[in-house]
Amino acid sequence: MSANLSALFYLISGILFILALRGLSSPETSRQGNYFGIAGMIISIIVTFLSLGNFGPGFIYVVVFLLIGGSIGAYIAFRIPMTAMPELVAGFHSLVGLAAVFVAISAFLNPEAFGLGSIGAIKLASLIEMSLGAAIGAITFSGSIIAFLKLRGIMSGAPITFKGQHLINLLLGLSIIFLIYYLCISQASNLFWSIVIISFLVGILLIIPIGGADMPVVISMLNSYSGWAAAGIGFTLENTALIITGALVGSSGAILSYIMCKGMNRSFFNVILGGWGASEQTESLQTKEQKPVKNGNADDAAFLMKNASSVIIVPGYGMAVAQAQHALREMVDSLKKNGVKVSYAIHPVAGRMPGHMNVLLAEANVPYDEVFELDEINNDFANCDVAYVIGANDVTNPIAKSDPQSPIYGMPVLDVEKSKSVLFVKRSLSPGYAGIDNDLFYRDNTLMLFADAKKMTEEIVKSL
Amino acid sequence: MEIDPFIFRLSIFILSIFVGYYVVWSVTPSLHTPLMSVTNAISSVIIVGAIIAALASSSDNIFEGSSLFGFLAIILAAVNIFGGFLVTQRMLQMYKKKKK
Repeated sequence: MSANLSALFYLISGILFILALRGLSSPETSRQGNYFGIAGMIISIIVTFLSLGNFGPGFIYVVVFLLIGGSIGAYIAFRIPMTAMPELVAGFHSLVGLAAVFVAISAFLNPEAFGLGSIGAIKLASLIEMSLGAAIGAITFSGSIIAFLKLRGIMSGAPITFKGQHLINLLLGLSIIFLIYYLCISQASNLFWSIVIISFLVGILLIIPIGGADMPVVISMLNSYSGWAAAGIGFTLENTALIITGALVGSSGAILSYIMCKGMNRSFFNVILGGWGASEQTESLQTKEQKPVKNGNADDAAFLMKNASSVIIVPGYGMAVAQAQHALREMVDSLKKNGVKVSYAIHPVAGRMPGHMNVLLAEANVPYDEVFELDEINNDFANCDVAYVIGANDVTNPIAKSDPQSPIYGMPVLDVEKSKSVLFVKRSLSPGYAGIDNDLFYRDNTLMLFADAKKMTEEIVKSL
Repeated sequence: MEIDPFIFRLSIFILSIFVGYYVVWSVTPSLHTPLMSVTNAISSVIIVGAIIAALASSSDNIFEGSSLFGFLAIILAAVNIFGGFLVTQRMLQMYKKKKK
């Protein structure tokens, strides 16, 4: 296949990938969009085989390796529980990153095969592109591994900070740039390896100071990095499909990070520099005083909700941890049978990744037209009888609107306190991730339900 | 003077960033998780580079130096392609409208 013809086919793949993302503008078109994506991928792979024209024993091995990887991927995709989606996505990001590093390494070791010059005399532009691709890929890889370990609970979700952390990161970042510069002059392979190794280190150092509830930003950011790494490799290989995809994924991740940061009213750098909860937590524990709370049980909650005309459910990360989404759906079903109008309110940063709550509710067969975003539903709290807060905390704290001293001041929050009564399911009165006390606990219209989210919801179902 | 092909690729890249920007803003927030998994899957088109690298070896030994890295990258990218598209499909199947 001629180079021009294959370039055209790569362009088609790129367009199909654009359509795949376009499909996600509504759930109806999304499934079709996914097929576009699959078609684009198949075209890219077939065109690559045809343009290489090498169907010797190597080809057989390639297909075998492809199928090995494919079966592992398919197995994971079918077996993974929906609650584990954040760590799965983080894990997948790490694979893209590492694949980018490997491709860059082979391009560096065998530049003739890619038409980039010869060893020791690689074209300047290609050398810059492949070292950037390798560096970003390596950062994506090690950063995603840390994110994966934190989300999986293998590593503590608490921010790990130490003195001079930011200075070290800055120095390492600058040293990568210097090394790329010297690599371009000398073409020495040990410089290339140093770039890769330092980048792995940067990835780790970049993610360890970021705490659990900031994970939505981290995952989106790593998503973006994996795109830029792919684009870097795309430039090296002069491949349009890869360049288009890299740009799409890069900007997609960047937009998601922006939306997540806005959902917390924090700047991107504030999140990346880390340690939000770490410093505040100790302070708030000291100043915490005992204030009276109203304590209720499942029967009280069932009674309140059964006699309400409208109920808004506010799910958060705690629902995911307790796997309470199915019990919640059952509760809503019996409420609906009693003629109660039920809707769900989702805060942009609820959960551990963008859209996390929506997927869990969809898994529990909650129709997506009952689920609303913050802007769509926030005015409805004033007219609703009961707000059922399950596993959310900081995103409901009214202090974000009233106290300029609070670290979460200015963060958009759900106006839960405006509803006639609030049922707050929580295991204890401990503060949430931001380390601040939730004013909502002590309001007159709040009834605390101290229990595991799933157990409490199941008990309410029973007494309904 | 002839235009360097790099400039063409750069143009494609920058235009694609703009396309990405507008397309992603139109994605509904409830589908942000599938968005991440599908972008994950499509960025694995890096497998193209992995295949070139794997088949580049001229010697009889298929798994020498640079092509070994190519083969490893094929496995990683393939996990992502299959895993990414299938898990996206699985999620999208769950999004249902209210039964009327």
